[in-house]
Amino acid sequence: MRIAVEELSVTLAGRTVVAGVHLVAEEGEVAGLVGPNGSGKSSLLRTVYRHLRPSAGRVLLAGRDLAGLRPAQSARHIAALPQERGGDFELSVREVVAMGRTPYKRAFAADDAEDHRIAADALARVGMADAAGRRFAQLSGGERQRVLLARALAQQPDVLVLDEPTNHLDVRHQVELLALLREQRRTTLVALHDLNAAASVCDRLHVLHRGALVASGAPREVLTPDLLAEVFGVRAAVVEHPLTGDPLIAFDHRTPASAPLRVGVGPGVGAGAGAGAEGGGGGALGAGAGAGPARQNAS
Amino acid sequence: MTSAAPDAPGVPDASGAPGTTARTREGRDARPARTLRAGPLAVALTTALVLALTAAVSFGSLDIPPGEVWSVVARHLTGRAPEPGTRDLIVWQLRVPRALLAATVGAGLGLVGTAVQALVRNPLADPYLLGISSGASLGAVATIVLGTSLGLDLAFGSALGLTVSLAAFAGALGAFSLVWLTARRGGGFSPLRLVLAGIAIAQFLGGITSYLVLQTRDEQQTRGVLFWLMGSLGGAVWAQLAVPAVAVALGLALLQARARGLNAMLMGDETAAGLGVDVTRLRREVFVVTSVLTGVLVAVSGAIGFVGLMVPHVCRLLVGGDHRRLLPLSALTGALLLVVVDTVARTALDGQELPIGVVTAVLGAPTLLYLLDRRLERT
Repeated sequence: MRIAVEELSVTLAGRTVVAGVHLVAEEGEVAGLVGPNGSGKSSLLRTVYRHLRPSAGRVLLAGRDLAGLRPAQSARHIAALPQERGGDFELSVREVVAMGRTPYKRAFAADDAEDHRIAADALARVGMADAAGRRFAQLSGGERQRVLLARALAQQPDVLVLDEPTNHLDVRHQVELLALLREQRRTTLVALHDLNAAASVCDRLHVLHRGALVASGAPREVLTPDLLAEVFGVRAAVVEHPLTGDPLIAFDHRTPASAPLRVGVGPGVGAGAGAGAEGGGGGALGAGAGAGPARQNAS
Repeated sequence: MTSAAPDAPGVPDASGAPGTTARTREGRDARPARTLRAGPLAVALTTALVLALTAAVSFGSLDIPPGEVWSVVARHLTGRAPEPGTRDLIVWQLRVPRALLAATVGAGLGLVGTAVQALVRNPLADPYLLGISSGASLGAVATIVLGTSLGLDLAFGSALGLTVSLAAFAGALGAFSLVWLTARRGGGFSPLRLVLAGIAIAQFLGGITSYLVLQTRDEQQTRGVLFWLMGSLGGAVWAQLAVPAVAVALGLALLQARARGLNAMLMGDETAAGLGVDVTRLRREVFVVTSVLTGVLVAVSGAIGFVGLMVPHVCRLLVGGDHRRLLPLSALTGALLLVVVDTVARTALDGQELPIGVVTAVLGAPTLLYLLDRRLERT
């Protein structure tokens, strides 16, 4: 199913954290949200899995406004993997995965054979079938994320929404989880911190900065040294990955992009001597929704 | 801006004490979650409850054999004329109502404890965390101090006894309203807001209660006040049973209908939202149900400590964290526990009854520590 975010704004405690964002994840597409901390990625995702209500605009699921659907109704199509770990309440892995059936069940209804089959199947698909009887709280970070993904799959969703699913995972587990994600071939909306991971797993990237969308497109088009300097405030070269051919961002970890950064000052924006800004992808920011990032002060 | 912020700084974290050890060793231990099957356990607990009730009626300053207990009960239930005499009176008018009240209050406390722990996503929460009992105590103590200073009698079933129960319930509702209004601000009902509101209101009302306690002069006043502050099932009468029994049954049904939502809430509000649970509404509903139930329980028995904290833990260790099993088993276990504890409280010392709160604490604390310790060893 296609998911479309139209002119979406989110206001939290009087502060606008998402401002008029418009983006689309096509059927079967992995759409990545990237942007610095506080850029509004999580808030945007929260409106899609209905933890937050948009203050303006709407989210369309296959053309239907989410606001017109009951929460359980939309949860049968959209499953979320938020960034929470949950408390330790003696839940087993099996019980956690079975929660995925919640939107399908009425009050007092017990899980039937079909629910058990779906949950077991989801667990098998993430390679955790053997862990069904274990206590969820005892799993390692990587195992835990896989079980939570299984819970989302048990929802039998058309759309997966994931907020930093690779946080706190070691490299191996990051790779495994992202591969698992791609295998699903579902419409996916995923926020990622790791730009190189985003560049290789996402079909399309949407760059958020201070609540506004500043660039959208294929990773290769979007991830340019200029944009990295403007939005993330880092010096970096973008090269071709020797193994995969994906864009590979080589950060300069020694010098931050010299501040203050300014918008629209031409090529080599604010990148000091411009040494790192190879070939300047040019005009990446122009692709945005006009709201462009305002002045960015040091710190 | 995002992230798993701790639910409630100020109160220990949900994944706090026991979870810590689990996390440092995570992944290395493939221990299956060793839980019992809920069905057989429920049968066993029900059997134990019947035995405990029999024992509770049987034991006392005058021991009455179980056979006689049941024949008295059978005679009353079938509507045959009671055998006149003290023994019939002791069984039917004194001990049976008390044992049933213990079972009802215990069931209610176990149930509310489980629900409140899920409500604020903190396993250290108990039914009194949300400030309800401090309102009830204030209502009761104020009425006792005022009533006895007017020279009224304080025995149960007396006018003042009944008034005290009503005042306790009114106090509970008052506290509930205050907590509600405080927690609601800022679009709230987050676990943190609920806990903070509950603690603040409890402190405030507790201060007033303490002041009133200092004003008590005669011995009867002091005893009445202690009853509310420590909890007691003494002086239970049949007329007292109906309201709490209906409240507990209704509470169980209402919470059981929301068991899946409570499960989802354990994982976090965002997860629950993603599962199609309207978290704000669910939390509001559970808050109302648990508060009213707590108010009713405190009105008939005072604030009996520890049961509502311990029972959910014991049950989670037995059957795991799924509320569809946990809620009914918490009610059963709470009933069993309080019947046993009250029997001990009545009979442990010759000619003197121990406050039930003393027994729940003395028996309960080591039991809880033992169970948690065993769990830490397993993890």
